[in-house]
Amino acid sequence: MIALPPLAPVGTLCLEGLATDLVCFPTREQYFDLVAAFKSDGFEMCVDLCGVDYLTHPGRALPEGLVGERFEVVVNLLSLSKRQRVRIRVQANDERPEVASLFDLYVGTEAMEREAFDLFGILFDGHPDLTRILMPEDWEGHPLRKDYGVGRVPVQFKSAPGPR
Amino acid sequence: MTDHVRTANRPPRLGPETSEGVQELLRRENTTAGELGRELGAVLRIDGKVLDPNSIDFERNDDETMIINMGPSHPSTHGVLRLMLELDGEVVLRTKPVIGYLHTGMEKTGEELSYVQGATNVTRMDYLSPVNNEIAYALAVEKLLAIEVPARATWIRMMMGELNRISSHLVWMATNGMDIGSTSMMIYGLRERELVLAFFEKTAGLRLNLNYVRPGGVAADLPDGWEDDVLVICDTIEARTYEYDDLLTGQMIFRQRMEGVAPITAEEALALGVTGPLLRSTGVPWDLRRSMPYLAYDEVDFDVIVGTYGDNFDRYSIRLNEIRESVKIVRQCIAKMPLGDYRTQDPKVTPPPRARIDESMEALIHHFKLFTEGFHVPIGEVYSAIESPRGELGCYIVSDGGPKPYRIHTRAPSFVNLQAVPLLMRGGLLSDTITVISTVDPVMGEVDR
Repeated sequence: MIALPPLAPVGTLCLEGLATDLVCFPTREQYFDLVAAFKSDGFEMCVDLCGVDYLTHPGRALPEGLVGERFEVVVNLLSLSKRQRVRIRVQANDERPEVASLFDLYVGTEAMEREAFDLFGILFDGHPDLTRILMPEDWEGHPLRKDYGVGRVPVQFKSAPGPR
Repeated sequence: MTDHVRTANRPPRLGPETSEGVQELLRRENTTAGELGRELGAVLRIDGKVLDPNSIDFERNDDETMIINMGPSHPSTHGVLRLMLELDGEVVLRTKPVIGYLHTGMEKTGEELSYVQGATNVTRMDYLSPVNNEIAYALAVEKLLAIEVPARATWIRMMMGELNRISSHLVWMATNGMDIGSTSMMIYGLRERELVLAFFEKTAGLRLNLNYVRPGGVAADLPDGWEDDVLVICDTIEARTYEYDDLLTGQMIFRQRMEGVAPITAEEALALGVTGPLLRSTGVPWDLRRSMPYLAYDEVDFDVIVGTYGDNFDRYSIRLNEIRESVKIVRQCIAKMPLGDYRTQDPKVTPPPRARIDESMEALIHHFKLFTEGFHVPIGEVYSAIESPRGELGCYIVSDGGPKPYRIHTRAPSFVNLQAVPLLMRGGLLSDTITVISTVDPVMGEVDR
């Protein structure tokens, strides 16, 4: 298991993940600082950012002292120099799912955060252009949420009459 | 006169049928400073360097520029990519890719399919390298299951993955040739790819969406006489790559279109999260097959091809030489292919052999349960990444202990690489946009998923 970077916020909770990953569980306040600490510690690339909706799976493994909320933003960082990966999972609540945007640290998260917003409705504070990316502009709802009705198909062309 | 005009009694038209709204590239007066800075590439400041506001032409007048739309139905956008370009004469200032035209909700569909069926879903994402998608998916599921795969299955996966890399790069060579006017290359590239696809058909029964690599191993053993087939493929394609050299590499017009056009630096590529040939063209020797070996890549000998200038020509040379390196790996796979099972004998994931089903009721039930309910995967989450022809292809799976993934997310290399397009095009000519799209090599099935 790899160690936390020296600049990491104190009290960051961690677990060992499958396949030698370090998985960190920062709070929303620690989140940006932790990613910044990893970046200054040689994690040059943010390879992936995605959302997860834990609405119907409450019993996931979390470190002690952390309350799991409905949404999670999962960030995978990669260090080319150390050949290491680290995963950061930050919780976002149901009422207003909002976390800090990583855009100022890794420009490449721009499209990924837009995707998480589009499909989960997670808001990213500080993102320059938080609009839908995969779904049409006038789409209702966020399709990857667990309470999104799969059988209910809003018609894509708004002028056409719906099937039901 | 008008009495004689026959008109259908149609209802009045109901306004525009689709509305993209703010996903579009807006005029400068309607764009926020942060968004304008992003589109102009100004946010790509490297550590220690401060953003110089004077380097962004914020005050440029909208009257001098023109926003035009390219795609989504355009022959050189390789699918349904739509680009909105802001032009000053023939020079491209801002670019914005508008994607989603091929979005079919595959991640949502993946939550409804069992782990056995999941391979049929992921194989349709990057339709030019289906085997690589399946490998990334199968490795992630196997990590969650904590099962070992027999050595033969690993080597078969590696060989099929490399053959797939060859065919994918051949399609790229073909379409890239066509984009810059070499229609002969289109014919030759697809002709050679046909060899690989014919072998896929012989092995897996299908040419494109194979569903061949599955959690626990592969679907079928290699056909009799596969060594000869693969050797013919290797010999033919290796010889033909030198013919491509004659056709393209030294060709004057080709080099003028490619050399020095649309460069990217290593810092920019890393900040954007760009991987694959696009990253290696900047000189960063990052190839997951070498840097973080999976399958049996630590047991084969091959070179990681890197470029120097990060321009179109480097990206072309990298892909051409990667075909040769893949041929080298496939030859070693033929020589080292171990004997044994082609899938794990763990009854939890592997159905009983066909002959047993005829004589044993338990085997029939076992088979039925595996293909209706599927196998249960322990609670957990895993991210596993492989090097696809386009870059890092990752698969993130969350399991709630059931027979279906709770969440399956694919880190698509094309989706991330596409973010480099506005940077590569800035300041370039309109005609170079074609070569930029081509050398970034996005596969829209993977971008939109």
